[in-house]
Amino acid sequence: MIGLSAVWLMASAGRIAGISGILGGALTGASGDKLWRWTFLIGLLLGPLAVAIIRPEFLKAEFPVTGPLIILGGICVGLGTQLGNGCTSGHGVCGNARLSMRSFLATLTFMATGIATVFIVHHVGGL
Amino acid sequence: MKLVISTFIAGLLFGAGLTISQMVNPDKVVSFLDVAGNWDPSLAIVMASAFITTFIGYRFVLKRPAPFFEGKFKLPTREDIDMPLIGGAALFGIGWGLVGLCPGPALSSLSFAGLNSIIFLAAMLVAIISFRIIIRN
Repeated sequence: MIGLSAVWLMASAGRIAGISGILGGALTGASGDKLWRWTFLIGLLLGPLAVAIIRPEFLKAEFPVTGPLIILGGICVGLGTQLGNGCTSGHGVCGNARLSMRSFLATLTFMATGIATVFIVHHVGGL
Repeated sequence: MKLVISTFIAGLLFGAGLTISQMVNPDKVVSFLDVAGNWDPSLAIVMASAFITTFIGYRFVLKRPAPFFEGKFKLPTREDIDMPLIGGAALFGIGWGLVGLCPGPALSSLSFAGLNSIIFLAAMLVAIISFRIIIRN
């Protein structure tokens, strides 16, 4: 479904389905370039509710950390995706599907630091 | 009008996909990244199938002269490997590993994941907006 969404967005709107990029442009982009971004984001917000009609048990979110660490994580994700021009969807799915070397290296990097962070927090740090 | 409806449908499909695949569940994401512990590889299958679907779909779509509801395809053109790309991806990975949310699931989980999801999204949005304003000026 994620792949189909990415293909549909390219086929209909000619855009990469990169959430961090779509979100960034929706917040601070040119005004004529905002509406399609906001309707995409509203769809993204409502997606789980559409699933809930059929399978409510899929709507589950448990957090491994709390409070200040969540804020720290949000800042890292926000800054990192803008600095690196993409996230799991833009680089990991769409960029790699275009065989982009930038996306390939970005994906390797965020997978590596993600795995390292989980290792440090849950095995070394013992949280 | 057709454009905004089509992107709404794309968003809806994306959000539903994130939910069904459990990418919206931070604990699930952390188990996926926890290769040294109780490793749960199921999200690797999700990411691989999203990649394969997009890889095949793009081959057909990008052969067309233009998208259905827009003048042209807007694809990234940069090919250089620089420090912001690697440093940004590294920073993103740290935040992703720490909390288990990336930007898509951060938005999608808002409707049901409670206060933690709101806090994460708020911090992420402040960081995105500040970064973009600083870069622009």
